Amino acid sequence: MRSTKTQQTRTARILGTAILGAAAVLSLSLASGALRPRSVIAAQEKPGTNTVTIDNFSFAPMQLEIKAGTEVTWINKDDVPHTVVSDDHKLFKSRALDTDEKFSFTFKDPGTYEYFCSVHPKMTGKIIVK
Amino acid sequence: MSDYIEKNQDNDGVDRRGFLKCMAWAGTGTLCLLQGGVLKSFALTDVLQKNVGNLKGDLSFVQISDSHIGFSKPANPDVTGTLREAIAKVNALPTPPSFVLHTGDLTHLSKPEEFDTLSESLKSLKTERIYYVPGEHDVLNDNGAMFHERFGQGTQGDGWYSFDQKGAHFIGLVNVLNLKAGGLGNLGHAQLEWLEKDVAKLKSSTPIVVFAHIPLWSVYPQWGWGTDDSEQALSYLKRFGSVTVLNGHIHQIMQKVEGNITFHTACSTAFPQPQPGQADSPGPMKVPAEKLRGMLGITDVNFVRGKHTLAIVDSTL
Repeated sequence: MRSTKTQQTRTARILGTAILGAAAVLSLSLASGALRPRSVIAAQEKPGTNTVTIDNFSFAPMQLEIKAGTEVTWINKDDVPHTVVSDDHKLFKSRALDTDEKFSFTFKDPGTYEYFCSVHPKMTGKIIVK
Repeated sequence: MSDYIEKNQDNDGVDRRGFLKCMAWAGTGTLCLLQGGVLKSFALTDVLQKNVGNLKGDLSFVQISDSHIGFSKPANPDVTGTLREAIAKVNALPTPPSFVLHTGDLTHLSKPEEFDTLSESLKSLKTERIYYVPGEHDVLNDNGAMFHERFGQGTQGDGWYSFDQKGAHFIGLVNVLNLKAGGLGNLGHAQLEWLEKDVAKLKSSTPIVVFAHIPLWSVYPQWGWGTDDSEQALSYLKRFGSVTVLNGHIHQIMQKVEGNITFHTACSTAFPQPQPGQADSPGPMKVPAEKLRGMLGITDVNFVRGKHTLAIVDSTL
């Protein structure tokens, strides 16, 4: 018969293994994209280009994850003009987009790129490049 | 007419006692008069029919705003037409205004042909002079260069200026340039420094009228309806006995009285926008065709020398 201490250790090991196992499954799921927000999954399923829709004074998706070298296209579906301007005002800066007009930019380097509409600055978005 | 008390919004550093907001939607315009610290309001039709009070003064001027020439969506497919109706309304006033203020968004897309149409339309305004400040729709793409070229003669910096008329001091401010991500309207250090100097030598009894496109108080920050650094500007004006702030941008009439400062926003001559929080976003609001003109309009302002405040009358098309 094992001592209590040994039993506890064995239980701890079993629990520990189970937790590690669960974590492994979880991280695999995350890596495969199974648990990511739907809008980001949808974007990643279109290789080469990714689209951000501008409507109702907002960018959708507000946060987009892409691979380095991907071209992102913004399309304005709102009935007022909007712009797409990187926070530093330098990296990318669209003209004013009227309804149905588009702007594209290719993100070459990994990083996080925050941007906003310079006409309605409360509208903000983010591109995460991996 | 009912008083409309808004929800207690962000702390904007201004005393909330004495707060009042009158809001007029469709139908007739509204006259709000402060007499001895008591606010009285009259429907415009009453004023015209019963001749309530003395509306004539030493100076009268009109504010129009947000003509958005170039806009052609269902909310109003003929913004030039409704602008012309507003002009006709101004021309029908019993006293022709000494001048007209346009508080911005003259055009919808800052295009040269839109500025052309706007200027051409305003030629029929019966007034001696028109003063302008830009809206964010007038400074797209070129940081306001075209607007400045056409309407910025005699202005300082990015287009601010002041002038005097019949003892009142008028200040045109620009708060639609150099906007920061996530921010509201912006006046900037240079303009604030200029403003401080501009009013420094004026007697506190001088009536002050400030006009700028985006509201200089926090109407609804979630929709960008406010100016980040307006508190600093207002601090230079607190000592004056009568300050009136005229804004546009929100396409509806709102008024707030804080001590000696009266804030007033104007209707658009193009299309209405929803009340704060009443829609997903502050975009053009479609209304039944027969209701549209009741939501567009002009503001007529009368100044009587020696009186405490200006009488502001809004009328719809």
